[in-house]
This record gives sequence, C-alpha cells and structure tokens, in this order.
Amino acid sequence: MSTMSTMSTPDRSQADARNAHQQATSVSAAQVKPAGAVPAVELRDLRKSFGKTEIIRGASLSVARGERVAIIGPNGAGKSTLFNLISGRFGPTSGEIFLDGRRIDGRKPYEISRWGLARSFQVSNLFTRLSVFENLRCAVLWSLGYRYAFWKFLADARDANQRAEEVMHKLKLHKRRDALAMNLTYAEQRALEIGITIAGGAEVILLDEPTAGMSKSETQRFIGLIREVTAGKTLLTVEHDMGVVFGLADKIAVLVYGEVIAFDTPEAVRANPRVQEAYLGSISGEGQADAQTGARTGAQTGAQATAAGH
Amino acid sequence: MASRSTYDFKPYNVGRWLVWGLYALVMLVAPLLFTSSLSMTMLTQMGIAIIGCLAFNMLLGQGGMLSFGHAVYAGLGSYFAIHTLNLVSAGNLPLPVSLIPLVGGLFGLLCAALLGYVTTKKAGTPFAMITLGVGELVWAMSLMFPGFFGGEGGISGNRVTGSTLGISYGPQIELYYLIAIYTFVCTVAMFAFTRTPLGRMLNAVRDNPERVEFVGYNTRYVRYIAFMVSGFFMGISGGLSALNFEIVTAEVVSAVRSGAYLLFTFLGGAVFFFGPIIGAVLMVLALVLLSELTLAWLLYLGLVFTFMVMYAPGGIASLIMMNLRVASFGKLGPLLASYLALAGTGAAVLVGAAAMVEMTYHLQLNQAMGSEMSFMGATLNTHSLDSWFGAVFMLVVGLALFELVRRHFLVQWGQTQEEIEREIKRREALA
Amino acid sequence: MDASYFLISLLNGLSIGLLLFMLAAGLTLIFSMMGVLNFAHASFYMLGAYVAYTMTQAIGFWWALLLAPLLVGLMGAAFERFALRRVHKFGHVPELLITFGLSYLILEMVQLLWGRQALNFVPPQGLAGPLFTIVKLPDSLSFAWGVPPPVCLSVEGAQCTQFPAFRAFGMGMAVLMLVSVWLLLTRTRIGLVIQASLTHPDAVETLGHNVPRVLMLVFGGGTALAALAGVIGGVMRVTEPSMALAVGAVVFAVIVIGGMGSLAGAFVASLSLGVIESFAVGSDRSLQDFFAFVGVAITPESFGYALWSVKISQVAAILPYLLLVLILIFRPKGLFGTREG
Repeated sequence: MSTMSTMSTPDRSQADARNAHQQATSVSAAQVKPAGAVPAVELRDLRKSFGKTEIIRGASLSVARGERVAIIGPNGAGKSTLFNLISGRFGPTSGEIFLDGRRIDGRKPYEISRWGLARSFQVSNLFTRLSVFENLRCAVLWSLGYRYAFWKFLADARDANQRAEEVMHKLKLHKRRDALAMNLTYAEQRALEIGITIAGGAEVILLDEPTAGMSKSETQRFIGLIREVTAGKTLLTVEHDMGVVFGLADKIAVLVYGEVIAFDTPEAVRANPRVQEAYLGSISGEGQADAQTGARTGAQTGAQATAAGH
Repeated sequence: MASRSTYDFKPYNVGRWLVWGLYALVMLVAPLLFTSSLSMTMLTQMGIAIIGCLAFNMLLGQGGMLSFGHAVYAGLGSYFAIHTLNLVSAGNLPLPVSLIPLVGGLFGLLCAALLGYVTTKKAGTPFAMITLGVGELVWAMSLMFPGFFGGEGGISGNRVTGSTLGISYGPQIELYYLIAIYTFVCTVAMFAFTRTPLGRMLNAVRDNPERVEFVGYNTRYVRYIAFMVSGFFMGISGGLSALNFEIVTAEVVSAVRSGAYLLFTFLGGAVFFFGPIIGAVLMVLALVLLSELTLAWLLYLGLVFTFMVMYAPGGIASLIMMNLRVASFGKLGPLLASYLALAGTGAAVLVGAAAMVEMTYHLQLNQAMGSEMSFMGATLNTHSLDSWFGAVFMLVVGLALFELVRRHFLVQWGQTQEEIEREIKRREALA
Repeated sequence: MDASYFLISLLNGLSIGLLLFMLAAGLTLIFSMMGVLNFAHASFYMLGAYVAYTMTQAIGFWWALLLAPLLVGLMGAAFERFALRRVHKFGHVPELLITFGLSYLILEMVQLLWGRQALNFVPPQGLAGPLFTIVKLPDSLSFAWGVPPPVCLSVEGAQCTQFPAFRAFGMGMAVLMLVSVWLLLTRTRIGLVIQASLTHPDAVETLGHNVPRVLMLVFGGGTALAALAGVIGGVMRVTEPSMALAVGAVVFAVIVIGGMGSLAGAFVASLSLGVIESFAVGSDRSLQDFFAFVGVAITPESFGYALWSVKISQVAAILPYLLLVLILIFRPKGLFGTREG
C-alpha cells in the first residue's frame, strides 16, 4: 500500500486487484464496471472525528470515470466534511481515499489538485482584490506548468490568457472582465467560483452546493452552465435542491449520519426504504425539499448579501 | 471614506512609457535643480529608501505579510557590503565598487533564505510575531559579536579606492548617479515581478491563501520565495547605504529601523505599486527635516499613521488615486472647497495641539532658558495661563469646526461616488 | 552551584516568569477573544508603571496599586471603543497596525509627559527591605528572616544573599491576580459569556448579550492586567521609556512558544523563560568550557572562537528568541497550540 502514496503513476495490476475486491463489496448491484476500469474517486470505510464526535462513520463510495453523482442527505450528515476530506482540507481519522487509484487521504490540497481533482466552495472563496480575468488566470497557471516562475511575464503566457478568456466567455462573465471579484453580484461570484474550479482542467470536479442562495430562475440557468462546463468530467455535487439533483446527476449517493446508505439511480434511491426513513417520509421532491431549500436560500441570501455588501 | 470600487481605476492605460520616462527624468535632473549639499544628502538617501520600501511592500502590499523585523536584511546586507568594501580597499578583492551593492543584495538573499525558512512557516499574526523575534535575535547578536558587527562604533569603510573610467565616488554627485541607476533598475525589476506568475500568485496568497492551495500552489513556497526576493532587494538597499555613509552601526538592524520601513511604506500606500515611493520620500524628509524642527516629530508621525490606519488604510497613494478617479469624471471641482475647509480647520487643530506639545517639551527640557519660547513666529510663555488657554481654545474650536466640515464632506463624497457609479453603469450599457 | 544560589536564582526566575505571565495572559485573552494581537500591550505595561509612579507621589503606593490599573484599563477600553472597533472591518493586518501605531503614540506621550530619563520608583516602606536572607558561612548554611544578621559582616568568607520583599510581594500579587481571573472566567456569568464569545461570538450575540460591550470589557481588562504588571515591574525592575520594547518582544515570543491562544502554554513558557534567564544571567560558562570538558581545547586562534567563547550570560537576553526559532523548527504549533492567527 505504501507504494500508492508516492507521486508515481498508479500500478495497474494492484488497481485491478482492488477493483475486483471492491466489486464484491459494492453497495448496489447497479455498479457493474468493465474489468480493469479504475474508479475516479473511491472512499473506503472513511471515518472522521472531531474530538469525541464522529462525523463520518465508515463512508464507502466508488465513483466511475465520467459519472455524475449528487450527494444528498439531511443537515448534519457530513456532506461538506466529506468534500473537505476528499479535497484534502483536512485528513481522515481512518479509512482511505483514492483518486484514479492513487491514494490521496491525508495529502495536502495542492498535491490533490495537481493530481486532477478540483473543488468549489459553498461560500464563494475567491481572490477578492483580483479581477475576474486574473482570478481565472491564477486558476490555470499551475496546470499549464508555470510553477513559481518570476522570470517570465504573464502577458506572454498566451495559453494561460487564452484559457482564462475561454472560461470567462463560457461563464458569460466577459463583460465584467476587469471588475474586482469582491464587487461582483452574488450570482456572478458563484459563477466565478465554478470558473476557478474548472479552469485548471481537472478531470474530477467537486461542487459544494453550487446553487446555494440562488433564485429559481438563476438556479435553472446555472444548471445549464454547470452541465456545459463539466461535460465529460467526473462530477460530484452536494445539493439540497432536488431539481438540481435531477438536472445534473446520473446517480445519487445518500449520506446519513456519516454513512452512505444508498448509491444508485434517482428512481432506485427514491424507492429505497432506508432513504425514505431517513428523510421522514418520501423525497417525492418538490414539497419538502423546496421548503428546506427555500428556508436555507432565504437565510443564505441574507448572509451572502451582507457579506457581499449589497 | 470611499468604497471598495475605488480600486477599479487604472491610469497606466495611458502612456506607461510616459510615466517611466518621467521617473527616470526626475532622477536625472533632480540634483541639477536642488544643488545644496543638504539636498544631495536627501536625494541619495531617498534613492536608497525607495528600494527599501518597495522591497518591503513586496511582502506587505503584494503578499499581505506584515514584517516587524525587515530592516535586518538591509542591515545585514550593509554589513557584508562594508566588509567587502574593506577587502577591496585592502587590495584583497578585485571587485569594482559599483558592484558592491550587489554583494549586499546577495547576502540579503542568503540571510532571507536562512531566516525566512523558519519565518515563513507561519502566516498572518504569528508570522508578524516571528519577524519581531528574529529581528530582536539579530539585534542582540550584533552586540555579541563585535568582530563582525563592530560593537558600539560599528564598521567603517572608504568607498574611494582608485578610479575606474574616471569615477572614484569621491564627489557625492557620482555616488548619487550610481544610486539613481540602481534605484531605477530595481524599481523596474520589482515592477516586472508584479507581472510574473509568482507575483500574481503572491497577490492571490494575500487575498485568499486557502484557495491558492486548491488551485495547485503551495502557499508556503510562494511566500518563502517572495521573502527571498524581497531580501535580495533589501540587501541592495543596504549595500548602497553602506557606500553612502561609509559606516555601518548596529542601528541598521534595530527594531526602530524596521518600524520606520513599516510606518512609511504604509503611509505612502501599500495598495499601489508607487505608494512606497511616496513613503520613502516622506521617510527621508521626516528623518532629515522634521526631526530638526521639533522634538515631538515621532509623536506627530504616530498620530498621522494612526489616523491613516483608521480613515485611509490605502495610504496617500490611495487618496491620490481616489481623487484622480473623481477628477477623471470631472467632479473634482465641487469638492475643492471642502478640501480647503478641511485643510484650514485641520491646520487650526494642528497648531493648537502642537503649541501645547512644544510648550510641554519646553517646560521639561529648557527650563533653564526661561519660560519664553518662540513657536511659529509667535512668542509663547509656558508659565502664563494665556498661552495655554490660547492653545486649548484653538484646539477645541478647530476640532469642532473640523468635525462639522468633515461631516459635510462625507455627504458630498458619498454623493459624488453615487454619481460616478451611475455614470459607469450608463457607459457599460452603451458598450 | 550551591543550594542558596540555586534557590535565589529559582525564586528570581519565578518572579520574572510570573510577571511575564501577567502580560502574556492579558495578551492571550485579548487575542483569543478578538483575534487581534495587541502590539501596544507592553505599552500599557509601561503606562501602568508611570501612572502609578505619579499617583504614588500624590496618594501613596497602595492606592496607586489599585487605581493606576483601573485608570489605564479605562484608557484601553476607550481605545477599543473609538479606534480599534473602527478598524475591525478592514481585517487583521490593519488591526495589528493600529495597535502598532498606538505603541508609538504611548511611547511618545510618556516621553513628553515624564521625560526620557529613568524614574526612581521605589517600593513602599513596608516592602522596602529583604524578605529573607540566606546566610552561607564557611561551615554552615542558615536562613534568616529580614535583613542580614550581623554574622554576615563579622565572619570571614561569609556569603549572604538577600531576597527582596517586594519581589515576593510581586509574585504574590501575580498569583492572586491570576487566580481571580481564573475564577472570574469559570465561576461568574460574565466569565461564561466571555468564554462563549471566544469561539462563537455570533451565537452569543443572538442570545442577547452585547458582544461589542463584552469585547470592550475584555480589552480594557487585558490592558488593566498589563498595567498592574507594570506597577509591579516598574518597581521590581525599572521605569524608563525603553521598558515597553524590552518586555514586549519577549512577551510575543512567549505566546508563540506557548502556542497562540493557549493560557496554559503561556504559563509554562513564561515561567520556563523566566527561570532559564535567571540561571543564565549568573553563568559564565560558554561552549568553550563544554569543549574543554570533552577534551577539545579551544584557543583564541581556533576557528570560530568568537562563537565558542560567548558566555551564557551574554546569550541570556536572546534566549527567548532562540527558543522561538527552535520551537518553530521542531514544533510549529507551539507547546500547547490551539488557535492559529
């Protein structure tokens, strides 16, 4: 196992062996992968305690390449904690995390980022005093190999500039090219947040409540945007809005009390009795979820608006 | 005062070459306009200070790193430079005197690499505390190793060691032009740095160190490399200083010196690239002129600094830029009257306070000279109630009027900003 | 090293350490509560000494001991209310900068009002002499309360070391003060509110407590503590304009070594540093002696003689900073580090 923690390319045969083992213990029979395919993201009996409180209690999940997964669950289930563990914000108490077969648990965020995983934040985490264009350019510099260079000029970094322009146009933020990130509207900031996440070209994208605090119409437009910019990538989103979940995801993972109790297609998950029990009734969707979302949206918009100074 | 949107304005779109050309021209021509030896002293020191403050701002303004012990790198650069100079004078090292500042830079870099490794392990407030500790460490060591640091008397040198191409650095003006060249080149280099990937990522680290890690960069490395680059330029500044004064004493690594860099760089404006240049000029003016004028100059400086932090944290540079922005929209006219009123009432407050301060100092120190003293052309009697009452009266009335004018000004400023916002939106809609 | 020297050095070290801790505790409380490191903390220490000195001339030491910290605490609270609070929204760097500016201002005001010479701040009548004396005669070791007994002068080769009563008083005051602060924080309602505000200021505010007022209280309280330390330190050590910078830098090193935000860490670090410095100051050993011990002879011609010959007593002043650097290399979180800056 220790060989997996070096920065070398994954050992195919070992990955295959693990893959076989994992197929035997997978949660749902729907997970039939072609032999030899390494899962993009894999969690094995992941646990995380803060002091005496165990937040993640043995979560296991296996996401294949190109799969689009929504992670849902009641409040306090540990969804953000899970993302923080996967992206390296902090390390697990025990258990393993694999990215393309390479072990990443306990690694630094920049290492994980360099190996092709990018994440967005629930509360926009931008470079406040840089312009929209600069924000995006910063996000691509490492992936294009610029490292810590202070002997080259940014103006000459044609590939970086082009990529930043490209992403900016996709996000429809080109009209605000030189606006400072802290002066954008809330929706623009959320768009930029996604932009920074995908600009580097990571193959595995984690989006933490991307539509948090948005109105219905904004959310709709945003889903289309997310679909477009994450086409062909492996996507994991944490979401509360069931409309977004159905709009974006092929599969749903249900996280309750730090455990993945179901991982299947939306229809199968809906019918799952354990899931129904966890949600105090059905996730027939709009009614209850909307009430939840509405309340949260209201509170968050208020908080975000104060923070953004509008 | 102003809102965040003031930093949108970028004047460099218009004639960047013009600005740099003007900068070079000013440096070329200054000694021809200001010919007294006092001016020459100040001009040479300004050049040295400009490099130092710009290097300091690499950390403060560009990287968000507050260092309380940065004079150490300039100081150590000075020491190594003067020892090198002595080696050259003794004929043991065939190195042109013109290159000695680079030696200072090299050792500034090395010391920054060594001490910076430990210092940059933390960020934010702990980082500031560590720089203070490291600064105290070096300061204390300067007293422990008199062989290198020269003890109380410091280390002396002589920059005149034969001449190359007719330049011996005997006349001050020759040294001035050497410093001017270094200043210009270093300014260009540090400006270029802000336009490189590392420079930009340094800004990103300032704004959001956490997010930087998630886009693939090791925040600590970014800070460490920037620290070393800053140390390099501080060392050059120190080397030039060694050549200029031909003596280096332990004062160059003192906490007081570090505090001066911090104070004046912030005063000039950490948010804009040219802010530290203003700060450096002010630093030399204050140290050379103001300190002669009054004993309480540090008190006034402290007051100005504190009010800047509260009301204009972007420094003088930001004040200039904000007003340039207003001017570019053609709305500066109406504000001028308010500015005049502010200046007038502010002056009254200042005069009243200064009178009291000067009288107190006079009481304390010059009692043998009697109770009469001159202050700004008037004669004050420190023992008479009249003088004190007059000062207090001026202070209180000035304060009251100032406050009135200030409130009016704030309303006016707010209105102006709103008008500008509307105009910007109008222009955007047309585009 | 003999027992009497050891005992006196230890007690001296503890007295310095407790003084340091009084400062470090106030600083840590302010830092934990408000996230701002009060660069001017040592300046309030200095203010306490100077204000107490003037008060002592007018109303006597005991009243000064009570009133000076209160007055300085009020000044601290006023600063928080009118200056610091305004800067809070700009972030941590401007907060640190404004306290830096304040330290300049306090220094200059002190020099303006009291002059640049050191003041002779003497202990009050009741605490002027030694608390006890250790009498070391060639053949015996004994202990005497109060002033040295006549035998110190009459016997040849007698070594008598005194321990000043004021130092003991200072230690007692420090312990008393720390215990009362601990009781205040853990046993009273306001203490609970303060503890809660430490980690969840928003929640505390929604519960109806006036958090800004609590912050002002904590800042004022912290500076009052520093001023109290100043009253004691002003007598025990020295009262002069440079006292702020001298002590300030050490206190900042102490809290980084102890772990920022940790009172326990500050306690251990302060006492350790105080004791180490006390012993170091009295030692004339150097690395040269160590090399001699292992059989290597170092002479003035040896390479690096300047380094090997440095006596521990010379290094005493910079030990806090050396320890700071070492801790940062081997244990960056500090001894009991909890909260990052």
